[in-house]
Amino acid sequence: MLLIECPWCGPRDEIEYRFGGQSHVVRPAKPDEATDDEWAAYLFWRINTKGPHAERWVHEAGCGCWFNVIRDTVNHEIVATYRMGQTPPLQMARGKTS
Amino acid sequence: MIARWAGHRLATGGLIDRNVVLTFEFNGKTYAGFAGDTLASALLANGVRIVGRSFKYHRPRGIVGAGVEEPNALVQLGTGKETTPNLRATEIFLFDGLVANSVNCWPSVRFDVGIINNFFSRFLPAGFYYKTFMWPTWHLYEWAIRRAAGLGKAPTDPDHTLYEARYDHCDVLVIGGGPAGLTAARAAALKGCRVMLVEQDRQLGGRLLWDETSVDSLPGRAWISGVNNSLADAEASVLTSTTAVGYFDHNSVLLIEQLDQGAEHNRSTFPQQRLRHVRAKRIILAAGALERPLVFAGNDRPGVMLSWAVRQYIGRFAVRPGNQAVVFTNNDDAYCTASAFANAGGKVAAIVDTRATPPSALLEQMALVKIPVFTGSSVVSTGGLRGLRSVSIEDRSGRHLTVKCDLLAISGGFNPTVQLFCQSGGRTEFDSDGALFKPSNSAQAEVSIGAAAGTLGLRQSLLDAHAAGLDAAARCGSRASRQGIFAPFAQGEAPTLQAKWMIGKARGKSFVDFQNDVTVDDIALSVREGFHSIEHLKRYTTLGMAPDQGKISNVNAAAIMSTMTDRGIEQVGTTKYRFPFIPVTFGALAGNIRGDAFRPIRRLPCHDEHIVANGRLEDYSGWLRPAFYPRESESLEEAVRREALCVRKSVGLFDSSSLGKIEIKGPDAAIFLDRVYANTISTLKPGRLRYGLMLNELGVIIDDGVAARLADDHFLVSTTSGGAGRIANWLEEWLQCEWPQLRVVVAPVTTSWAVLALSGPACRAVLNAVGTDVSLAPDDFPHMAYREGLVDGIAARLARVSYSGELTYEISVACSRAPALWRKLLDVGSRYGIQPVGVEACLRLRLEKGYLLVGADTDGTTNPIDVGWGHVLNRRDDFIGRRSLLRPNDRRDNRLELVGLEATDSKVLYNGTQLLSRNSSGRGPSEGYVTSSGYSPSLRRGVALAMLRSGRRRIGESVVALSDGRQVDARVTALTSYDPRGERIND
Repeated sequence: MLLIECPWCGPRDEIEYRFGGQSHVVRPAKPDEATDDEWAAYLFWRINTKGPHAERWVHEAGCGCWFNVIRDTVNHEIVATYRMGQTPPLQMARGKTS
Repeated sequence: MIARWAGHRLATGGLIDRNVVLTFEFNGKTYAGFAGDTLASALLANGVRIVGRSFKYHRPRGIVGAGVEEPNALVQLGTGKETTPNLRATEIFLFDGLVANSVNCWPSVRFDVGIINNFFSRFLPAGFYYKTFMWPTWHLYEWAIRRAAGLGKAPTDPDHTLYEARYDHCDVLVIGGGPAGLTAARAAALKGCRVMLVEQDRQLGGRLLWDETSVDSLPGRAWISGVNNSLADAEASVLTSTTAVGYFDHNSVLLIEQLDQGAEHNRSTFPQQRLRHVRAKRIILAAGALERPLVFAGNDRPGVMLSWAVRQYIGRFAVRPGNQAVVFTNNDDAYCTASAFANAGGKVAAIVDTRATPPSALLEQMALVKIPVFTGSSVVSTGGLRGLRSVSIEDRSGRHLTVKCDLLAISGGFNPTVQLFCQSGGRTEFDSDGALFKPSNSAQAEVSIGAAAGTLGLRQSLLDAHAAGLDAAARCGSRASRQGIFAPFAQGEAPTLQAKWMIGKARGKSFVDFQNDVTVDDIALSVREGFHSIEHLKRYTTLGMAPDQGKISNVNAAAIMSTMTDRGIEQVGTTKYRFPFIPVTFGALAGNIRGDAFRPIRRLPCHDEHIVANGRLEDYSGWLRPAFYPRESESLEEAVRREALCVRKSVGLFDSSSLGKIEIKGPDAAIFLDRVYANTISTLKPGRLRYGLMLNELGVIIDDGVAARLADDHFLVSTTSGGAGRIANWLEEWLQCEWPQLRVVVAPVTTSWAVLALSGPACRAVLNAVGTDVSLAPDDFPHMAYREGLVDGIAARLARVSYSGELTYEISVACSRAPALWRKLLDVGSRYGIQPVGVEACLRLRLEKGYLLVGADTDGTTNPIDVGWGHVLNRRDDFIGRRSLLRPNDRRDNRLELVGLEATDSKVLYNGTQLLSRNSSGRGPSEGYVTSSGYSPSLRRGVALAMLRSGRRRIGESVVALSDGRQVDARVTALTSYDPRGERIND
């Protein structure tokens, strides 16, 4: 089970959180002007990265805050966590867990 | 002529206590053993040779190993409701009164009719079920094959055993309490780390428990004791009888701790197993290695055992599993077995070494004790009915000779136990010196030591372990002094080995996987069929898929496959290892999250009152609510009709406390609600209510409810009972992630307020009689209005909103005041004919009115237009889901639409009934289905709601309903059957 560091509460077990899908999915500013394809991209198209993946988590059994996590989808290493609304940091060097 | 085979208990030695005699039963016969015995060692001591029958061919099988690697000695432990199937006899410690039986044999293990499979084995190779038993239909053979398949019997009663779970954290977790693990744990503990050491066996020590090795000039057992004391002094946590079964993300490990070893306690009140979730900063894997067999014809005959297992039985249990032995090996280690066997009073008839030139020191040793050694030779077959009596040896010049023996100790080398390492994501590499797979690249903060790392020599293993312990401590930031911590010393170099994966092509079966009866021929068949990948080999032949998960067969299989497909063994590799390392009881994984604790149910504030009123409580979306309040011997339907009519005619009292309540407050509250509802909320005036639909971004209805405006910047929103938590989370997500600039706070208050609803023509009178300072005159308090005040002196929020279609006041008070208010309302209302009304009657009333029930009348595709809310698209501003309603499929002409339905025979239509058009002659396609249905006591006929293709256009037409096997005509109507103009509600 993953150990995720909530930006407010610190490291907690995965079971305290709920996964929220890919981060930085941009909702069209004017949905009425979005084409069906653009709207479909917002609703359904996701990256499915092999490697560091920015995704949303919410600390549902804790502070209730949403935040972002960069998790490597291959080895589950948590590269970084950052608050909602912040821009993703440059990838941190490996060796964070040693 | 050798003596009749009988296991021999040595007079002295071993870790058993000869003063404590234990009686046990195996296959109906009674035997005796000693404390410290396993079931396997006790059986061997008693001369029991055949302990089971193999899975497919039902060949007689004997004990092969001494621990977790044992493939044959699976037993059914206990009888009746507490029976446990497929436990390894080598891991069950004897207790008085133990009862065990062999699995997979009938009528007995000595005479098993299943042996017929062995004679038909030509027709039962790997994958036979893909090619045979097909005509005329597989189902003809299915019942017989299902009965024959499987191992052991599952218990038929629920498991009443008590299990526990707990969470542990530590700096260093050491998995394996053998010499390497003990060394590493001590080093880390003495450096001040919080250390946890887990050992699968009942005792610490690993091989030191049966090997005559000394460490630091102490006898093995004395050294173990010393280390244990050091660990205790350093407050390390040492757990025996604890197996690490899974290695997960971020150094989390799952352990199963066996608690009641002696079966002394009542299983349902004394926990039998404890599941431990451990998170460690550093993990040291010291799980040792397991010996692998040699592969030759007849290698499964009872009496053929792993060489190191023979040593374990002699050294730890004082059992010599035979009188005359032959040792067959490709490496040095088995020579120790020969010596140990001879020292225990047995005769070693021969050592057969596949190597042409084994180390001369070994040859000299054996010459001294006059044990003949055949170099460059192989055992090519075994002989003996009901157990081993002889072996046939092919020597280096090709001559064959037969040697009588009742024990064949075999060694094909050792496999580091890399399962947990691989689970952690690590990669292995093939070491050609030891012909083994060992850990190479780590994926997590762990290190393997000792035999688990491929270091088979004790001397080096201890040095590595000590260094690893210190290193782990350093990485945990420990700074305790290094003084006085020295690496332990022992002699012992790695045995040299020359790989020999397959022996000859003699007649008889050469088994690779004993537990699933997979032979070399099966691997050859798999190759011929084109299944070259090791993962394909596994699934096609089932090699490695039995409960032992290929612990002693995987590497042999990979090597044989590599030979047959002309690839390097590292190219073939081994299959992916997964949790659990050994079979785990479901109950242990569930822990105490079962029964009532599985999903805690929520109670209403007036719970006790509902019981007093004889309410039948049911689980509605996790809430315990009264479904109905039967009088005398009323059925559900009778009660529902009575309660519903009471609401229509006088007044009913309904507890709607479970419906979600969320307060939305802030300067941007109205803007926010406009975005989350499909209809406009901002135009709502303070003191007024509005019903709203919430959509998701796909335009699908996810919830409905009534929003009350308390002030310009303050709203109170209601949700369905099941939606309370879900919608509050939904609102939070949008605020935090998409619209953080909105100044608004979302506060769930569902459990802060109890809500009691008075509904019916007399409810105004009842409320006035109870006493309130709120004016109930229709002009002062119209329908869909909100007021605050006192009810019976209690601070209350009042809403005039109705789900029944009658005049209704929903009274919200603090939960602690609700029971008294409930009693007062019933008391005061009695002269008006008040009755408590349950959930089922409430749903019947709303059905008569055609009001929406989200989740029943809607599903995961229903949009607001489908239920008659097309006007939401008249809005100019954006809301969640709006854009999706403009997609082609959402604007399609013939979507399912919600309508009313009345059967022409007035009967009640079955819920879910499919609807067809009149000219479809009863066959289809379906044009829709009934979503809600019931008998209307007010209209005295069946009423229903349905989703019907282009339903609203077809109001007045007839359709055919396939109801309960009959074809029923039904007329399409508007949604509201009762009081369609809503005159009663606006009174």
